[in-house]
Amino acid sequence: MSETKQYVSIEMTRRNVLAGGAAAFMGLTLSGLASATPSDVADLVANIAAGQTPQSGKIVLDMPQIAENGNTVPLSVSVESPMTDTDYVKSLHVFAEDNPTPEVASFHFTPMSGLAEVSTRMRMAKTQNIVAVAQMSDGSVFTESVQVKVTIGGCGG
Amino acid sequence: MAKKAKARIKAPKSVTVGEPFEVKTLISHKMESGQRKDKKTGEKIPRMILNKFVASYNDAQIFSADWHPAVSANPYMAFHMIANESGTLELTWTDDEGETFAKSKDIKVG
Repeated sequence: MSETKQYVSIEMTRRNVLAGGAAAFMGLTLSGLASATPSDVADLVANIAAGQTPQSGKIVLDMPQIAENGNTVPLSVSVESPMTDTDYVKSLHVFAEDNPTPEVASFHFTPMSGLAEVSTRMRMAKTQNIVAVAQMSDGSVFTESVQVKVTIGGCGG
Repeated sequence: MAKKAKARIKAPKSVTVGEPFEVKTLISHKMESGQRKDKKTGEKIPRMILNKFVASYNDAQIFSADWHPAVSANPYMAFHMIANESGTLELTWTDDEGETFAKSKDIKVG
């Protein structure tokens, strides 16, 4: 995937330049925007749990402890499950507590997924907790969160 | 969107029946979050992101994702799947205006 990586790094350099140039006024623009709060995320999690208390465990949320560039923070999540027709992970949601909008992404699995394991890259406005919530096929709900420190916030979103 | 989004898929050349394998995908897209402002005019740049990713194998959906503006530009998405027979993996990305981008890859079992 060397070709791919090279392409991304070029694009990211352009973004870095943008972010650097915008850093001075970003403090103004970001603070002027409504940001999500931990309680917004708690509400979203409660909504998914639909009356249940989310259990801990089963989810492994793999993120760097310190992210230098908030524009692109690697995110890997796996959920322990046999992934059979009767027992599998239906959905996995990722939230960021202090981004302008709390939703990051939702992933929907099927038994043909084989493994409930995904990787992507996300934006982070500042140091905050990232929360993952998994919905199982039997209706049970699991949650996990991790704090990620951000050196330079991702511009927006 | 005038510019064509460039998509890439990476998956094993051949796989074993029932054995989960990883599929890595990448698509070029600026994922404009709607939070940024134009430095000259001070106007907000409108949101324009890919909000839906769907992976189907031999016409059956195996994985999908809803993306929000917090997904980084040039979205990378890796997921797992199992294949019981050779076939075609079809990926579709949909943007805020409903335009779709597709890319497929043949997968050989055995």
